[in-house]
Order: sequence, then structure tokens, then C-alpha cells
Amino acid sequence: MPVNYLKSGSVSWHPKSRRQRLIAWGLWFSGLALFCICWRVISENTIWEFLYDADEQALSLLGRMVPPDWQVTGSLLAPLWDTINIATIGTLLGLLIAFPLAFLAARNTSPHPVLRGFALLVIVSSRSINALIWAMLLVTIVGPGVFAGMLAIALRSIGFLGKLLYEAIEEVEVGPVEAVRSTGASPMQVLQVAIWPQIKPAFAGISVYRWDINIRESTTLGLVGAGGIGLAMNAAINNLAWAQVATVFVLIFLTVLLSEWVSANVRRHVS
Amino acid sequence: MTDISGKDVRLNAARQGVWRPLPVIGQRWKRLTLNAAVLVYLVLATSSIEVNWARVSQGMDRGLDFVASFTRPDFMSRLDEIGLGLLESLTMTFVATVIGTVLAIPVGLGAAANMAPTPVYLFCRAVIAISRTFQEIIIAILFVTMFGFGPLAGVMTLAFATLGFTAKLLAEDIEDVRKDALEAVKATGAGWLQWVNYAVQPQVMPRLIGLSMYRLDINFRESAVIGIVGAGGIGATLNTSINRYDYDTSAAILILIIIIVLLSEYLSGHIRRWTA
Repeated sequence: MPVNYLKSGSVSWHPKSRRQRLIAWGLWFSGLALFCICWRVISENTIWEFLYDADEQALSLLGRMVPPDWQVTGSLLAPLWDTINIATIGTLLGLLIAFPLAFLAARNTSPHPVLRGFALLVIVSSRSINALIWAMLLVTIVGPGVFAGMLAIALRSIGFLGKLLYEAIEEVEVGPVEAVRSTGASPMQVLQVAIWPQIKPAFAGISVYRWDINIRESTTLGLVGAGGIGLAMNAAINNLAWAQVATVFVLIFLTVLLSEWVSANVRRHVS
Repeated sequence: MTDISGKDVRLNAARQGVWRPLPVIGQRWKRLTLNAAVLVYLVLATSSIEVNWARVSQGMDRGLDFVASFTRPDFMSRLDEIGLGLLESLTMTFVATVIGTVLAIPVGLGAAANMAPTPVYLFCRAVIAISRTFQEIIIAILFVTMFGFGPLAGVMTLAFATLGFTAKLLAEDIEDVRKDALEAVKATGAGWLQWVNYAVQPQVMPRLIGLSMYRLDINFRESAVIGIVGAGGIGATLNTSINRYDYDTSAAILILIIIIVLLSEYLSGHIRRWTA
């Protein structure tokens, strides 16, 4: 803790040394400069005339959304069921692929470094690409509908589940693994008896967590034609029927709250 | 009520050298009901899938074409659009992360139960819930309607999403701060701002930096999507290329996205280790 004795006889105190403060100042300054440059780029690409009436637009939009059109609620329940199915089946499909992949990717269970590299590549690619982009691609491949949505959610989930699972596998205690191996157990038996029980709570927590995220993501897949409540939302938006859009929003909000509650409870239970 | 007969069966099997781990759910009927429920759900859920296999087999060629395009990504023929889109995405990401994180600090403080009075707490929690419930793309649709096409709507969308994400995690961290520091600083007669700055800020700052780095990453990925509804960034270019079946360009864009995400993950890992 640097202390400066000033000429006037008083003492000044700083939590950081002069050099640390200079570095911190430089970092803040360059960050601010970068922010200004970036803002300039955005400002140049923005048509500011659109913004003159933004407050009116926002108010009129809000005015048309309130009150929501409750009469369409009944016809929205089937798409909502589809959305939940997309998320659930998508998560299950994702788990099916992510589970073996995680064992290939974990440093302590991977059979070969090349396989490990491949598994990590799959995980990174899957994580980098949003479910909506997967859905756009899959709609052009398998046609519009719930099936494309499920596949999109599955493809997106592989990376997330795989990453968290392999991190859990890497943190496994070696004691039980060595103990079981020393009894002459085969690699599969070691997996089943020594490793699986250790990662089971993490497995349950991660799956439910991803399911919760998938419920949110699957609400929008309909925008690109991949089924669910997003389809109804897209149709309502295209018809400028904002009161119906508001109903969809309320339903999405309630569903997400419910899924978050379920996921939080399960995770608290297993951890 | 333990299942005694089941235990006997297990013991007998074990004496003959067959060992099975204990089931997670002790009672047999509960286990069976749960399995049956799962089965019924799976049947119900999959029955709503309509797969047009003729369409799929037709689309399969396209799918293979897409996979193949990763071996010959085309960076050159749309270089200008890709360059501009990426630049816009990157600037949007940075500006939105900064604005969102700055806004998240007061909201996060307000959403921490040990910092804020109840009305403020409830208000901030409501803001967080709304921001976290709706996907970026839904917010983007609304903002594009209000503010017109272009990156500004994208920046606002991402900033709003960042606000909810960062504020929630920040609030959790603030609720976990060590009480003795809080009491010590308060005992010196510090005002509220001094209290927050000297007792809370040093404890949560590393976490906040880590969160904003992580969010930078997420925002870049999201910026590739919100372009679909006209909120600027690389997403518009990607959307056009997919709709035109110009998969070589799509592959090039996706590869660029993956590389940038990898780089930023690597960098943010370093920065987080450095600040923690």
C-alpha cells in the first residue's frame, strides 16, 4: 500500500501504486476511446430521422398492445404445447449426442487426443451458432415445422451440454475410479460404477438448466418457420395485430416463469 | 415403507455374483409410474411431429450441399458485405455491452435484497425478469418497430438483454458479500455511496468484469441473429445467403463467427484469470 509523504507534511494514501494507477487509467482511457469509435460507426449507419417520432411510435405500439386480446388464448395453446415439446425433445436429443461426446472431450476419459480435438471442435461449433440460425438452415433442409425446431434445439444444446458435462467429468475424484479399476473392471464398468454416480447430480442439473434455456429459445423458432408459438407470434406481427402479439408475450412470460421455477427447484434438489 | 422383497432379491442376486446399483427412487410403484408418465409424454409429444419424408429426402441433397460447403467456404465474392456486417456486429457488441453493463450496476444494486428497500427491489426484479424472459430477437422486433431499421435498434436490444443478465448475476453476488466489511465501513460513518464504493464494490468488481467479458461473447453471437429482423450486423448477410441457398458464403460467415467466438472466449478466459 503506497504512502506518499507530501511536502506540506501531510500523508496521502492510495490502495494502488502509481504504476498500477497509470495502467488502470490507460485501460479505461483506451476503452472509452474504443467506445467512442464504435459509437461513431453505429451512428453513421443509423438513420436518425427515424428516431424523431420514436416516442410516439413506442406509445402507439404500447397502446395497441394493451389490453391483450384474450380471445385468441385458446387457439394459442396448441402452438404452446408444440413449443414445450420442441424444447423437451430437443433437449433429450441433444443429451443423447452430448453424453458420449463429453466423455470423448474430457481429458481424463478421452481415448485419444485426436478424438478429443474433434469432440471439442464439435462442441465449439455447436455453441457458437444460435438456435435460430440452425433453425433457418434446417427449415431449408427438412422443411418447415416442429421437426426442424427440435433438431435445431438439439444441435444448439450439444455444445452447451457437452461443455458443462465434460468439465464435470474432468472434476471427478480419482480415488473411486482407481479403486474400481484395481478390481479388474473394464473401462465401461469403470464408467458405470465409478464415474457416472459422481457426475449424476451435475448431469441432472445441467440438463434441466439447458431445458429451461431451450424453452426460451424455442419460443422464437417459429419466426423462421420452425414451429411452436413463434409461428403464431410471427403471423400476428405480420398482420400488425399487436393485441394478439401481447397475448403471446403474456403466455411466453408465464411459460418461462414456470420452467425457471421447475429448473431452479430441481437444481436446488440435486446440488 | 421400504421395499423389503426387492432388498431380498438384490441380496440373493449379489450372493450369486450379480450386483446392481441401488435405484434412485426406492419404491417400485413410484418408479413404474414415473417411467410410464415419461413414456406417455414421449408418445404424446412425438405424435405432434409431422415429418414429410419426401420433403426431407429432397432437402437432404441441400443438407449435404451445406455440409460440403464448409470444405469450400467462399469469403471472396461477398467480401464487402461480410466485412461491413462483421464490423457492424463487432461495434454493436462492444457498445451494447458497455451500455448494458453500466445500466446493470444500479439495477443490480436495486435487485439485491440486502441493499435496497422492498419497492425498489421488486421494481428491479421485474425489469430483470422481463429482460431475461424475452429472447433478444423478440425485443429486436419491438425496437426495430420503434426506432427503425439499423444497428441502433440492435444496440438497444443487446444492451437491454445485457442489463437483465448482468444485473441478475450481479445482484446475486452482492447478496453474497461478506457482512463484516459492510459493517466495518458503515461503522466509520460512511454515506450510502461511500458504503457501496468501499464495502461492496471491491468485493464484486472481479465478478462484474468477468460477467461483462462473458456477456461480450454472448452479445456477439446474438448480434449474428438479430440482423434477421433488421437490427443490423452480420445476421442480415447470413440470412440473405441462406435464403439464396448460397451456402458457400453462409459457411464462410459461420466459420468467421466460430473463429471470433473462440478468440473472444480465449481472451476473456485470460482477462478473467487476470482480474480474479
